[in-house]
Amino acid sequence: MYLPFELLIPLGLLVLGYVAGRFNEKRHYRRIHEGEDRYRDLLVLPGRDLPPNLLRHSAKMVSGNVVISVDYFKVILAGLRNLVGGRIAAYESLIDRARREAILRLQAEARSLNADAVFNLRFETSRISGDLRRGVGSMEVLAYGTALIPRQ
Amino acid sequence: MLLINMEFAPDKKIVRHLGMVQGSIVRAKHIGRDIMAGLKNVVGGELKGYTELMNEARDAAVERMCEQAESLGANAILNIRFSTSTVTSSASEILVYGSAVILEDR
Repeated sequence: MYLPFELLIPLGLLVLGYVAGRFNEKRHYRRIHEGEDRYRDLLVLPGRDLPPNLLRHSAKMVSGNVVISVDYFKVILAGLRNLVGGRIAAYESLIDRARREAILRLQAEARSLNADAVFNLRFETSRISGDLRRGVGSMEVLAYGTALIPRQ
Repeated sequence: MLLINMEFAPDKKIVRHLGMVQGSIVRAKHIGRDIMAGLKNVVGGELKGYTELMNEARDAAVERMCEQAESLGANAILNIRFSTSTVTSSASEILVYGSAVILEDR
């Protein structure tokens, strides 16, 4: 069987993207689950109504950010999906990973300050590279909020 | 300078409002890091170089906001918000803003 060279490169990238992308995503989700178990007791809430037991705490802003990249397989998958419309599950998992990772980093900073909780959580999502024609290149997610630290 | 992204500090009271302060920075892409990012786009995963770059840019924007607040005589900035927008396909702007206030212990 003869495969033209022009087809070999995208096909190789596709296979590499599928294998490495799946591996990376699985490993990342495992790390996220471990981290979420570790910070289970550190509350992170999007609201800002403080319960009475936190009203004497001092406050400080904490944040966490992550830039995450798509893999080649996801790009192709999303490109095909654009033809028929509908949900692009490949990108949903990407952004989900980025958000949860950003929260974990915020929690790590809050923990290092001995905070009891983080209130008023906000997200900021932006595209870092890649233009509209080529689709998403990589996404940045920033999570920020106010850590409540017990006074000495 | 105390930075908080709520409109109050639970253990302090606001003595004076000094108006809005802001800091912004326009960041261009780093070509070396962009080539690495291009490779990473095949296999997926975190772009650590870009994470750091964005962190530094955001810190610089916060620094500018703090300078502005200091010149007004504030000791805290409340209700901080971040905003990111793409200026061109190779540059993005990071904006941070909030209200400068003077806080006092209660």
